[in-house]
Amino acid sequence: MANTKELQDLTTQVRRDILRMVHKVNSGHPGGSLGCAEFLVALYNEIMDRKDGFDMDGINEDVFFLSNGHISPVFYSVLAHAGYFPVEELNTFRLIDSRLQGHPTTHEGLPGVRIASGSLGQGMSVALGAAQAKKLNNDSTLVYTLHGDGELQEGQNWEAIMYASAKKVDNIICTIDLNGQQIDGSTDTVLPMGSIESKFVAFGWDVITIEEGNDIDAILKGMAKAKALTGKGKPVCVLLKTVMGHGVDFMMYTHAWHGKAPNDDQLENALSQNPVTLGDY
Amino acid sequence: MKTYTYTEKKDTRSGFGAGLAELGRTNPNVVALCADLIGSLKMDEFIKENPERFFQIGIAEANMMGIAAGLTIGGKIPFTGTFANFSTGRVYDQIRQSIAYSNKNVKICASHAGLTLGEDGATHQILEDIGLMKMLPGMTVINPCDYNQTKAATIAIAEHDGPVYLRFGRPSVPIFTPADQKFEIGKALQLTEGTDVTIVATGHLVWEALEASKALYEKGISAEVIDIHTIKPLDAKAILDSVSKTGCIVTAEEHNILGGLGESVARVLATNKPTPQEFVGTQDTFGESGTPAQLMDKYGLNASAIVNACETVIKRK
Repeated sequence: MANTKELQDLTTQVRRDILRMVHKVNSGHPGGSLGCAEFLVALYNEIMDRKDGFDMDGINEDVFFLSNGHISPVFYSVLAHAGYFPVEELNTFRLIDSRLQGHPTTHEGLPGVRIASGSLGQGMSVALGAAQAKKLNNDSTLVYTLHGDGELQEGQNWEAIMYASAKKVDNIICTIDLNGQQIDGSTDTVLPMGSIESKFVAFGWDVITIEEGNDIDAILKGMAKAKALTGKGKPVCVLLKTVMGHGVDFMMYTHAWHGKAPNDDQLENALSQNPVTLGDY
Repeated sequence: MKTYTYTEKKDTRSGFGAGLAELGRTNPNVVALCADLIGSLKMDEFIKENPERFFQIGIAEANMMGIAAGLTIGGKIPFTGTFANFSTGRVYDQIRQSIAYSNKNVKICASHAGLTLGEDGATHQILEDIGLMKMLPGMTVINPCDYNQTKAATIAIAEHDGPVYLRFGRPSVPIFTPADQKFEIGKALQLTEGTDVTIVATGHLVWEALEASKALYEKGISAEVIDIHTIKPLDAKAILDSVSKTGCIVTAEEHNILGGLGESVARVLATNKPTPQEFVGTQDTFGESGTPAQLMDKYGLNASAIVNACETVIKRK
């Protein structure tokens, strides 16, 4: 069991990784990555019950699917620090011949990745299949997912959301990153979705809201509640309220850094706000 | 000349249903999914015998493809069932990302392919699906010709590790392949021997090719008929060996001539042994409502169209 300070230090290092990865290739998605750093660090280092090593089937261990694949920098950094592959490999992000493709893929055999994502809206369906496979295998471990809020505009999600409760898939915890931003602006500007909570409730899900989605303790507390709701006949949704670009003052509260890399000065500024904790790759 | 006869006609989709039912008894990892078309896909027997291994998804094909991909993570071998149109074009991106690019062991089983769906008309008669699926890296594409071959193919693809597109039809067609055949993915079957022209056909057009070869024989033309049940990977050797003897070729398929079997064959010939070729297929058009026989006639997908194409291509030698 890691303490909060250790998780926070890891989160800060993950933030540095994200910024440096995206800066190096002058491409990638820092905003959503920074906003989800606490969540994924907590998930992989505290919440999920994982086995050593990696196998595709993930039998008798919790598995995670990243549906909003564009936040690959945070996913890769967290996977590397969790021991799935060498942290130094983050150096190859988005470069030719790399296993760290712009969006995650199984194609290159990167340990930790069980499905390709990037084209939005497909992750929940895949997670439901994996959850149902667990039930067929009498495997009582859980399936976790992460989705962007803008991603909910893809209709396939609602097919999956309807299916999950109808078929009582109660070994799944789907987390929605509610940062309120997408590429073209705020979600309320691009396509207002109303109350996402009411929608999930109306579709028969149990919903937990984590108001402070960039606070490790709040995440651990909220996810413990979510976990306690599994196995009771309903799928579980976690609404995680985060700030896009969290941890870098000029990247916060805006969609501007959704898919844009910092220049040299901006990188220096951003890194100065996130001092080295575990050492850079 | 070797001739083929039949005593019974049966739909190829029932061959799928029978194959799936057998898999239900022999392979505990096989699971089935359907998007509200159980009867059309003939999945009833599998479901009756293995209710816990069947997933009714509802009218939500994108979700079905994703769930199928997910079920492989945990070692299952999912067989999805819906019409060919909704198995391919409707869910192309889901198949591309979650199944093909992710190299998941999903068997996409598609019924009611092609014009012979009949009266439902163009919205349901996909004639582009072979092209869509063969262009996906890693996807195996199979289009069997009769009940027995479809059953054998269904059983065989469970043993193949990787995504497969299995295409079959709605109407009853003659059963002329043996019930105990061994189905080998990627291995073409030579049905008749000939010296004047090669006819390579797939799916429902294989029987028409055999009928055409009889008519050609009456006219003194010796045709070699090859059943190409696997369009990808394509048995290039069988095609090249045959045209080495005959010097010309006709391809026949219930599919648009753009993107189908004919184009795959043309590439093999162009890069190995340039050979005169004629294409029997739909001519870049949508279908329409009608009986299967009327449609096959109107769109030139029958034995007489194959005979005409053979006579044309022989002149080009």
